[in-house]
Amino acid sequence: MNPLERYEPLVDDPAAFRAACDRPLPSVVRVNTIKATVERARQGLDSEGVEYDPADWHEGLFRLDGHSPGRNWAYVHGWLHGQEEVSVLPGVALAPEPGERVLDLCAAPGSKTSQLAAAMDDRGTLVANDNNLGRLSALRHNCERLGVTNVAVTNQDGRNFSVKPFGFETFDRVLVDVPCSCEGTCRKNPDVLEEWSLDHVESIAGIQKGLLRRAVQLTAPGGRVVYSTCTFAPEENEAVVDHVLELEPCRVEPVDLPLVTAEGVTEWKGETYDERVRDTHRVYPHHNDTGGFYCATLEVTG
Amino acid sequence: MTDEPESADAPTNDGQRFDRLPETAEERRVPGRATRAEVLEWWDDRFGVPPSAFDEHSFWEKGAGKIWAYSGEAPSPIEIEGLGLAFLRTRQEHWKPTTNAVQRFGGEASINVIQLEGETATRFLAGEDQEIDWDGDWGYLIVTHEYAGEPEPIGVGLYLYGELRSVVPKGRQESLEPL
Repeated sequence: MNPLERYEPLVDDPAAFRAACDRPLPSVVRVNTIKATVERARQGLDSEGVEYDPADWHEGLFRLDGHSPGRNWAYVHGWLHGQEEVSVLPGVALAPEPGERVLDLCAAPGSKTSQLAAAMDDRGTLVANDNNLGRLSALRHNCERLGVTNVAVTNQDGRNFSVKPFGFETFDRVLVDVPCSCEGTCRKNPDVLEEWSLDHVESIAGIQKGLLRRAVQLTAPGGRVVYSTCTFAPEENEAVVDHVLELEPCRVEPVDLPLVTAEGVTEWKGETYDERVRDTHRVYPHHNDTGGFYCATLEVTG
Repeated sequence: MTDEPESADAPTNDGQRFDRLPETAEERRVPGRATRAEVLEWWDDRFGVPPSAFDEHSFWEKGAGKIWAYSGEAPSPIEIEGLGLAFLRTRQEHWKPTTNAVQRFGGEASINVIQLEGETATRFLAGEDQEIDWDGDWGYLIVTHEYAGEPEPIGVGLYLYGELRSVVPKGRQESLEPL
């Protein structure tokens, strides 16, 4: 069975959804504003004869049709970073500011981390954690290439993340971009659909709940937590948010995002979720011609 | 850079953790450790990068002579995997900046900067050593080319005996079309 079939009852246009999932994605790059302005990056690409189409919803995202993102001077200089368009969304939702304390709980390989650093103007404290030591080298490599200096890299299990090494208690904002079943990346890697199993979805949902709970606990009252996945499975999305709304002091923050999104689902396979999860965001490939994604923004109430 | 006598009870450099550099030689406790004052002076003397370029940054040592520049908060010492940008190698006769440091801070350099053009720049990026005329100092240079109308640092070159050696790390080397 193609696991995408199970989501057809959720989407507005199942045929368009399936057709979009079958199309490959263009290469997309994000301008790294630590090293260059969007205007300078355009001038650089123009001078090299690299063709690009700016994404209409976010300044500094360029689609490079049929061009490898890493084979140009702009990339060599660290002005650009290859990053799937929709994966820019959680950083936009988190909206960190210069000087804040920010945690990226599942950070490797660092595309979102470096985006957060740029949003912070490379000032403040950005802790980038991952439990996988091997993937941390990619995180470090990416951050260093992009000239990030405000990142502190840690190797802990995010479910028990300890701030002890840093000597402060809480963060202003936490991004929890969890490991997931990755169905939404099928346009890049169709193998994810072959390897899909419900057992995996159910087992990883337990880990996701542990990660999101810890993220809320690590955030100061009034602070923001963004939870994201690249999957359509409600078990890994709304069910996780629902679980944490019940157990931790937080509420869903209804934020406007600059993409077309669908609201969160409140019923799935006989389960019902807290009505507030409607104010979370489902991104379907046929709505913006991107990968699939899920993004929830929480405010910690104390 | 070491002026204190080594003693049996002197603290030593612990390669497993980040230690913040002392401000000055008077505050140095670990023999051979660079000080913040020396790091600022080195960037200024060697490349004309003003100390103010690093106002936001603290400097840390982890590993023998590997210095990191960090703009966030952290207590010293701290045992974690990374802290900012690895940007300078000390504890050797000639201090050496990293490619990443030169790309990030080298735009403010005014001396020991060599500008390459066209194919020379692409060959440098590809890791090739080239015979080039240069009237300035020998040693580590910041290598730039004109990109989007301004000089932009590519990386670090080592100039010796009429030859500019590319020390662009393997993972950052690339074969591109000349501009």
